[in-house]
Amino acid sequence: MTPLLIIAGYLALLLGLGVCAGRLSRGTSTDYMLASHTIGPFLLLMSLFGTTMTAFALVGSTGEAFKEGIGVYGMLASSSGIVHSLCFYVLGVKLWRLGRRYGYRTQIQFFRDRLESDAIGIVLFPILVGLIIPYLLIGVLASGIVTNGVTRGAFPELFASTEGGIPPWLGSLVICVIVLIYVFTGGMRGTAWANAFQTAVFMVLGVVTFFVIAGRLGGQESLIANLRSATEAVHQRHPEMLDRSHLSRALYLSYMLIPLSAGMFPHLFQHWLTARSASSFKLPVVVHPLFIMIVWAPCVLVGVWATSAVVDGRPVIPDGVNVNAVLAIMVGKLSGAALSGLLTAGILAAIMSSLDSQFLCVGTMFTEDIVRHYNPRDRFTDRQIVVLARLFVIGVVAATYGLSLLNPVAVFTLGIWCFSGFASLVPLACAALYWRRLTVAGSFASIIVMAGTWSYFFWQADFAANREYQFLGMLPVVVILVCSTVALVAVSLLTRPPSDATLQRFFPDTKISRP
Amino acid sequence: MRPCEKQRPVSILWALILLLIVLHQDVWFWDDKRLLLGFLPIGLFYHMGLSVAAAATWLLATRIAWPADDSASGNERSNGADS
Repeated sequence: MTPLLIIAGYLALLLGLGVCAGRLSRGTSTDYMLASHTIGPFLLLMSLFGTTMTAFALVGSTGEAFKEGIGVYGMLASSSGIVHSLCFYVLGVKLWRLGRRYGYRTQIQFFRDRLESDAIGIVLFPILVGLIIPYLLIGVLASGIVTNGVTRGAFPELFASTEGGIPPWLGSLVICVIVLIYVFTGGMRGTAWANAFQTAVFMVLGVVTFFVIAGRLGGQESLIANLRSATEAVHQRHPEMLDRSHLSRALYLSYMLIPLSAGMFPHLFQHWLTARSASSFKLPVVVHPLFIMIVWAPCVLVGVWATSAVVDGRPVIPDGVNVNAVLAIMVGKLSGAALSGLLTAGILAAIMSSLDSQFLCVGTMFTEDIVRHYNPRDRFTDRQIVVLARLFVIGVVAATYGLSLLNPVAVFTLGIWCFSGFASLVPLACAALYWRRLTVAGSFASIIVMAGTWSYFFWQADFAANREYQFLGMLPVVVILVCSTVALVAVSLLTRPPSDATLQRFFPDTKISRP
Repeated sequence: MRPCEKQRPVSILWALILLLIVLHQDVWFWDDKRLLLGFLPIGLFYHMGLSVAAAATWLLATRIAWPADDSASGNERSNGADS
């Protein structure tokens, strides 16, 4: 019961933060969606990091390390340290500058303007929203699993079917409602504040979790003795977890493409636009890899330790357990009641700090790219537009929640599919910013080829149910990205280049080729 | 400053990023189970070091090859409607 009370207190605190941020609102839609471009370096760092580190980073990484060993860190953490910052540097700063100059609030506004095409938005909108849904699903699934894992035994009579723990459907529902409330009341400012607060919470508590679990597993006097003891157990029982001999090198290489997805996340685009200045990006670009290390390294070690953890003569992780539940079980069994509540709040903080940005972004896209774009300015009042946006967000969240009840696949696998789709759209974003010859036909070809190949592979992988699915020994993202890039370049070169007026706007040093 | 002098810091940066990507494929520690300090697998330690090296590279980028200054924001205008 104690962990539950602590979690409830934390959620109440979060709601209060959203309400406070809402009271500081300037009452404009720019303030609601982009915090009036006032976010400085520290808040930008915390909100970008909190947004990119989701259940995938904590729950997924621990679960996957439990299955695959230490290689998980190289597959996604160190590569993200290189590639995420590269995306901020190459795409983020330039898109921020264009966004400020031309008043963009969404990616689709930028692509419509750059490609002189209204229809590009009609194609991109369902694809971006469709790819966000699996991303949302990761958070919704994980929040229910974590809450259930930690509260097991607290309500033996009320929730007998889930071993006395809060059922995942209820935990997920509560988290969705909490995030919806603070996003609706606080807008982007509330989201940025909540992200900063939650990022601090999950980073501090993540490190605390690591040392508490090490202490309990080791049972020795000193910290270093505990760490040695926990790893020594793995060395004896599952030494293959301490290297990457069981991983395919081609597969490992293909994982390098997954972090590229950060370049096309619509919610990251929106966060980029909140920056006060170009210099605000410097701190996130530099510190992001270090923050990833602080969060991922302990999670990976805890997942590896979980393979061989024994307490009172019994394995901590029972056979056949859902890998998504490994972190929650380790926390629940190896820390005291109060600490378990705090640590769970930390895990939920990581999950919610991504969900909030995604909810807000979906609403912004619907408002800007559909409602405002296709209706005369005076048809709806600002208030009506906000109501429509909120209804759309509720619809998307309800659909995601419904999916979470149907098919609880592994968080890690689902994440890889979602990131593969976004990563394969990054060549389009790069070309739009750096290649004058990109045409609207080339863009359509790239998007359609991406959607077609992604759907084919997703179907071949039994809609993510086949966790081991590979193509030519690699992740399908390699083929999807190559195909979409070839289509983009080939069709662009075969079709008419953009107008001089557009080239002048986006590439001011372009020489006019026609009179 | 001549164009080639302007390009040099950017070229250095791209060379470093390429180096990080190559170093990421560390076949040399692939089968190595050695533990540092008795608890940290060497493969994990190496990649944590790579995270630190990435941060150092990006720090250098902010010093020698930052892509925009604050005045680059230009004339801001609204694409949407503020109330």
